[in-house]
Amino acid sequence: MFPYMPITEQEEKSMLGTIGLDSVSDLFSDIPENLRLNRRLDFDDTMSEYAVKKHVGQLGNKNTTTNELVSFLGAGTYDHYIPSIVPHITGRSEFYTAYTPYQPEISQGTLQCIFEYQTMVCELTAMEATNASMYDGASSTAEAAMIATEGKRGNVVFVSASVHPEVIEVVSTYMKYRGVKVEIVPVKDGVTDFTSLEAMISKECAAVIVQTPNYFGNLEKLEPIAELAKANKALSIVNTDPMSLALIKPPGECGFDIAVGDAQGFGNAMNFGGPHIGFMAVTKKLMRKLPGRVVGETEDTEGRKAYVLTLQAREQHIRREKAASNICSNQAINALAVTVYLSAMGRKGLKTVAEESHVRAAYLRKKLLETGQFEAPHTQPFFKEFVLKSNIEVSKLLETLRGSGILGGLDLSTASSDSKDHILICVTEKRTKAELDAYVQVVEGLR
Amino acid sequence: MNSRPLIFERSVDGRVGHLIDRFEESVEMQIPASFLREEDPNLPEVSEPDVARHYTELSTLNYGVDTGFYPLGSCTMKYNPKVNEDVASLPAFSEIHPYQPIETVQGTMEMMYDLSLLLSEITGMDEVSLQPAAGAHGELAGIMMIRAYHESKGDFNRTKIIVPDSAHGTNPATASVAGLDIIEVKSNENGEVDIESLKAVLDDSIAGLMLTNPNTLGLFETQIEEIAALVHDIGGLLYYDGANMNAIMGQTRPGDMGFDVVHLNLHKTFSTPHGGGGPGSGPVGVKSKLIEFLPKPVLVKKDNGSFDFDYDRPKSIGRMKSYYGNVGVLVKAYTYIKTMGANGLKKASEIAVLNANYMQARLKEHYKLPIDRICKHEFVLAGTGDPLSQVSTLDIAKRLLDYGYHPPTIYFPLIVDSALMIEPTETESHETIDEFVETMIQIREEIRVSPDKLKSAPVNTSIGRVDETAAARNPILRWKK
Repeated sequence: MFPYMPITEQEEKSMLGTIGLDSVSDLFSDIPENLRLNRRLDFDDTMSEYAVKKHVGQLGNKNTTTNELVSFLGAGTYDHYIPSIVPHITGRSEFYTAYTPYQPEISQGTLQCIFEYQTMVCELTAMEATNASMYDGASSTAEAAMIATEGKRGNVVFVSASVHPEVIEVVSTYMKYRGVKVEIVPVKDGVTDFTSLEAMISKECAAVIVQTPNYFGNLEKLEPIAELAKANKALSIVNTDPMSLALIKPPGECGFDIAVGDAQGFGNAMNFGGPHIGFMAVTKKLMRKLPGRVVGETEDTEGRKAYVLTLQAREQHIRREKAASNICSNQAINALAVTVYLSAMGRKGLKTVAEESHVRAAYLRKKLLETGQFEAPHTQPFFKEFVLKSNIEVSKLLETLRGSGILGGLDLSTASSDSKDHILICVTEKRTKAELDAYVQVVEGLR
Repeated sequence: MNSRPLIFERSVDGRVGHLIDRFEESVEMQIPASFLREEDPNLPEVSEPDVARHYTELSTLNYGVDTGFYPLGSCTMKYNPKVNEDVASLPAFSEIHPYQPIETVQGTMEMMYDLSLLLSEITGMDEVSLQPAAGAHGELAGIMMIRAYHESKGDFNRTKIIVPDSAHGTNPATASVAGLDIIEVKSNENGEVDIESLKAVLDDSIAGLMLTNPNTLGLFETQIEEIAALVHDIGGLLYYDGANMNAIMGQTRPGDMGFDVVHLNLHKTFSTPHGGGGPGSGPVGVKSKLIEFLPKPVLVKKDNGSFDFDYDRPKSIGRMKSYYGNVGVLVKAYTYIKTMGANGLKKASEIAVLNANYMQARLKEHYKLPIDRICKHEFVLAGTGDPLSQVSTLDIAKRLLDYGYHPPTIYFPLIVDSALMIEPTETESHETIDEFVETMIQIREEIRVSPDKLKSAPVNTSIGRVDETAAARNPILRWKK
């Protein structure tokens, strides 16, 4: 007997009798003889829960976590604090063992949560419409590029070199098989080089994709980019860390058509990079182009307010090859974590987290520059991440910091030809003054 | 009328739900005013108990596998073991940054490497990438690899892919996203791919064939060897949609049937929860001739026994996702496979198929079964014939809600009129299955004597049927003050 399978041997026999078969192997008689495996699968048999837990736990113990090391790593995955209320709500099995809410009468919990999530994303981005979530920030950026290149628009998308390189890679993968060219717009002084973009852009351009805060932590000037895209009948797409939107002017107010990004930092564990949660928010005009699930408000037969999956005519299970996208599963439980996180933080709390991340980053940046061991390669406004050029080899610097229990940041040396010994440092509200000072102290010790 | 306020409607100015430490030193904000937003986003101001009560109440309006029977065909709504949740939330796995030095993440890397070997063995493929975030994402990676394979041979002429009319909607949608045209082939009277129709569309413009086996009728494609030979003969490749893998573990393998690319849904066959829509995980496996096209990076074991990511893959289709895979989901699937073991997974498929055939045998006396033969893990009834013409399949589904069940998948596959697609899985008891069968029989009797009971259903749920047309015509996708 197996703990997850209640059918007993006796029941098995009587059920076979009802079917009119003699043995379980008769159930597989439709599989041609020479396709049958006829051997056992080549791995271990059943283990007890205790033994498995111990085994997997031992694998885990081979990792060193960000509880044991003080992390200054960012670049799209952020070590913001997760309030206890978040996993307690997402851990309710009424939420996590449910399927996609196809039956609204028994899914109002999930549906209302998604409706609240959609409202929060619209509030943060100042956009009109959003969906129920996407795989991650990179794939939602690629899906935004798909919207822009669908139909009769141009055949090139322009992506700033200040966009996270992995996002550029994913966009390139998606575009390659759709016959769309991806052109990289150069960076100047740590932000998109607007003059180059102006010179490069043409009527062939379907979309301009930028990121703010960008890969180097710097804030991009969004308005001129949106205007330039519009003048060339291209869509403007911005990938953004939604935490920054507690402070920064939102994409909707800057004239952007599509805002995408990853909301992992809102109550989701880093999980070595997944599951995270992509979002996509669009103007009213693009509402019916949104990929994936969308929840809308309606009424039931008694006139009671209710929520339901809507605009389904866009989706793969209805439209098949004519669907806007092939996305089916999304990241619903991660969207619930975002919703609970933003509820617990509230308007003021979220702003405080953003401010605290910023001022701590500003403090560390200043102190590190004061050691004389670093230079600032650019001096753009930044949010919670910044790049410094180290006077000593970055790999050596990071190794020394590791020795003191610090993950000092991301080595950008190989990112481009002029980024040798550049390091990307991220500071969240979790980093205490003592931790920041310890970083500075290790650097001073290298003098 | 508004019986259940939104979290925004519970907001009271001045309430806080969480405290954040302030920095000891006074540091000036360094962002110029021109970059700052003028108005704060309108997030709710609520206390922690407000949050707890609000979302706990909402959870009670949901129906999950822990609530009751969920025979949702094609979705494999099996029980989600609790130990999986526990180990995935261990800080040792969850509190890891993807850019940590590789020597600090060897435990996760080893787990993922082992998992990819286990999945290779289960599917009979030569190598598996765990990168795709969901089934459809794995499909997309797979179809891109098929294209890359042909193009690497200088063959740019293969612009079409064959998809049977019984296929999941994601199949044609995926192929279209990957830039291919779709050729649909008909099913025959046995519910299988019609060989003559297939032959008629095979030529050197075909990149491959996408197939689910057992197919969406829950029937094994008995002519799969011939199908594979025909497609391979014209230079095409075979894609296996792994949504129905729960039917055949330990019995037969897509790799042995002739498939070249396979995706799996870990959130179906391998018991990771659906989460109300996600996250899933969609590993993609390939035969050796396609390994060089796998999405990058590729997880490798080095000669010294340590694990690393290989980015030097010039023929790779490229990256599908940031970082590498939905790791939190992978831990759960790994734990499940280790718990079940080779014998347990085989037994799971046997019982899943037993349960489906038992239900089919009992229900075919009362509902129309379009194709009467041994099914695999699911079967499809047609919601037609007397007295069912009185009501719609949707009415039957809604009436099941009144009896406390999640209904089967309805109106899919498209090739069965008013379909009811039933997948019990292996984690249900004999009593549960019998009670559901009795309820279905009772509903059939209700259709005869009081069809209005179905048309007005559901009455026992928190809300009645909703106006979907109004929702789509005038979309309200967010709350406004």
